[in-house]
Amino acid sequence: MFYYFLKRLFQSVLVMLIVAFVSFSLFNFVGDPVNNMVGQEASDERREEIRDKLGINEPIYIQFFSFVENITQGNFGISYQLKRPVSQLISERMPATLELVFVSALIAILTGVFLGVYTGINRDSFISKIILVISLAGVSLPTFIIGIMLIYFFSVILGVLPSFGRGEVINFGFWSTGFLTLSGLKALILPSITLSLFQMTYVIRLVRAEMMEILQTDYVKFAKARGIKEKTINYKHALKNGLIPVITITGINIGTLIAFSIITETVFQWPGMGSLFINAVYFVDIPIMSAYMIMVAFIFVMINFIVDITYYFIDPRIRLKEDSN
Amino acid sequence: MAIILLLFMGFFSSGFANTLKWSMPGDSLTLDPHAQNEGPTHMVSRQVYEGLVTHDTNMNIVSQLATSWESTDPETWIFNLREGVTFHDGSSFTAADVAFSIIRAKTAPSDMVDLIKSIKSVRAVDDLTVEIKTEGPNPILLNQLVQIFIMSESWSKEMGCELSYNWDAGDTSKCASASNGTGPFKITLREQDVRTVFERNSNWWGDQSQHNIDVIELLPIKNDATRIAALLSGEIDYTNVVPVQDLDRIASSSDHKISQVAQNRTIFFGMDQGSSELFSSNIKGKNPFADRRVRLAMYHALDMDAIQDKVMRGQSFPAGIITAPGVNGYTKKYDQRLPYDPELSKKLLSEAGYPDGFEVTLDCPNDRYVNDEAICVAAIGMFAKIGVKVNLDAKTKSIHFKEVKEGEPNPSDMYMLGWGVPTYDSHYVYSYLLASDGSWNKVNFSNARVDELTAAMGVETDIEKRNEMIAEAWDIVQENVPYLPLHHQVVNQASKSNVDVHARINNEPLFYFANIN
Repeated sequence: MFYYFLKRLFQSVLVMLIVAFVSFSLFNFVGDPVNNMVGQEASDERREEIRDKLGINEPIYIQFFSFVENITQGNFGISYQLKRPVSQLISERMPATLELVFVSALIAILTGVFLGVYTGINRDSFISKIILVISLAGVSLPTFIIGIMLIYFFSVILGVLPSFGRGEVINFGFWSTGFLTLSGLKALILPSITLSLFQMTYVIRLVRAEMMEILQTDYVKFAKARGIKEKTINYKHALKNGLIPVITITGINIGTLIAFSIITETVFQWPGMGSLFINAVYFVDIPIMSAYMIMVAFIFVMINFIVDITYYFIDPRIRLKEDSN
Repeated sequence: MAIILLLFMGFFSSGFANTLKWSMPGDSLTLDPHAQNEGPTHMVSRQVYEGLVTHDTNMNIVSQLATSWESTDPETWIFNLREGVTFHDGSSFTAADVAFSIIRAKTAPSDMVDLIKSIKSVRAVDDLTVEIKTEGPNPILLNQLVQIFIMSESWSKEMGCELSYNWDAGDTSKCASASNGTGPFKITLREQDVRTVFERNSNWWGDQSQHNIDVIELLPIKNDATRIAALLSGEIDYTNVVPVQDLDRIASSSDHKISQVAQNRTIFFGMDQGSSELFSSNIKGKNPFADRRVRLAMYHALDMDAIQDKVMRGQSFPAGIITAPGVNGYTKKYDQRLPYDPELSKKLLSEAGYPDGFEVTLDCPNDRYVNDEAICVAAIGMFAKIGVKVNLDAKTKSIHFKEVKEGEPNPSDMYMLGWGVPTYDSHYVYSYLLASDGSWNKVNFSNARVDELTAAMGVETDIEKRNEMIAEAWDIVQENVPYLPLHHQVVNQASKSNVDVHARINNEPLFYFANIN
């Protein structure tokens, strides 16, 4: 058990190191941050001086080691552009992204399971076919087109929902509070739908397939033969069993949602980590870019690590195999 | 009852305060007025802070915190300051604040160091008089001082930011997120990249009747389509950055309008004419661009009217000179393009010894200027017609400018560059782009007389004599064709029909002249 745990931990650390190295070396090709940091008048000496201060004149391996050393101490450096500590910037932006991801995941799972069950049971109905076609469009259309289409329809034509921003979220005292929440909720609708579409389609198809498979199994047939009500079979027995893979997959996909939110956040000017990252790419703000990459990688590695450990406890086959080694 | 009262108050606050919601793609990087020499940052600072002098809506230099000035000798300037001006925190404005601010701006790590490096010393003579001494005569000192905002000395010291942001200190500057100027608006809420709220400064010294704006909300929206959707849906009132492809859409809305003016930014191609051999060319042992006839041939090959029409959708002014209207030294005469004449180009190429043309790589940014990459693609087709095979290398700006400026990883033989002139004087163009030692002279143009004139116009204070020098220099440059001028960009801003904001050539709005009707 201890050995298994150690092995997985070691693998995770290795993955993180590789990610750190890959992202770090990629950033050496994104261009010169100095040109963005100074006015066009800046003399060559001053540009050189700034490069020295940033440490980008050092050999790459030295830069990498100091980079890893700083990260292990929780120091992600200072943003070139905003000149504030990156950890502070990211923690400021994190709630916006997590809120968006949470609502999107909720929409994806609830709608996805509902529609998945429906299409799984009513396989040949006309409505099922329409749902499947539309959901296919949801996967094939790029996120930014869906976002812009929603904005055009709900903001420009109907004028009912805001096209950008997060609404009033910060509490400035009694008067603003009630109002703030409403505009905050309204602002959430379009971006969270946009972000959830891909996952929703995924869940629909997964639940549908599971339902169709389970409805063919012997125990369902037996239950039918016993005269148990159709509804009870579908929702109490079949769905329950069908949900296990859905839960596993969506758990892992939360990480994907966080990573995918970059585009949605850019389209809706959502003040989260994704838009911070995009701005950073535009400016060659390497500290923010690397911190973001490392953080997303960390989320994925952590989720996988937890899943691996959970398997150990859930699946006796792994336990037996690992312990016999 | 309470609810009715609240609703009523809500109605009042939205009904009586004139709020202008302003959007642009990026936000100010910092509220510290000396920390970043960058467009959007100055746009925000300009509403809050003031300089000794400033540009009015037509870019003439007018008094601001100084009421009058004189130069007692070529290297000494005396500024008489405005009486009764107060900062937003209520403290009064004195000469000591001016001396403090200029010294702060000219001390690293301020980003304004290079702009005002000619200033040698600043001294408060008395409460309302400041003396500035320059290193040698500086005829464009006033133009430079427009960009230097005056801060309160006591406030800055209290906030612990006597200097601009310091890289070594590793922590943040409080002046980056708070402000205390003398200007017409004060910032009451600052959420970087999300929302900045400015409120009218009712104690402002200036003419409050010029504008009727009570509150400005700056709401940056990076994505063009979203920003325009927000404008059309009425969520914002005004934006100073409009993509050309959306102009028709906005113009067709009866509730919105567009105003435009030639921008203080000219786009051109540079051709390395000083190196002995081009890195990317098939011609080895010599440099085709060193021959003036080749450069002229490239010039005559460009059909800028077609680019204006097809690529820019009319949103450009084809240019014959590499600096914009409004810059001292610019004349209509210089801005006449040589005719589009591919036959003449071919003839010139044959005369120069390249009847079959040659090959070269053109470096282009793809996210810096309006339709930059598309312009390059169109130009390459035109060069192909005269037999010059140009290969496109389009990249993001941070890589492009490094390649042009540092020659890394490969030297740039031919590149696109855009140049704005914050001082509105030709000397700026000469000292960076045309003098042999100019830090952006990457075409390696070198002309002894131009170098002489550049040095001389930097110190000549007799305006008439100086303008003659500038004219002579332009005559030489226009004759030598070191750069291929393309066009002046256009500032497009869009607003609701009832919102009036003057479009200025630097794309910087002045909200103390804005009105909501």
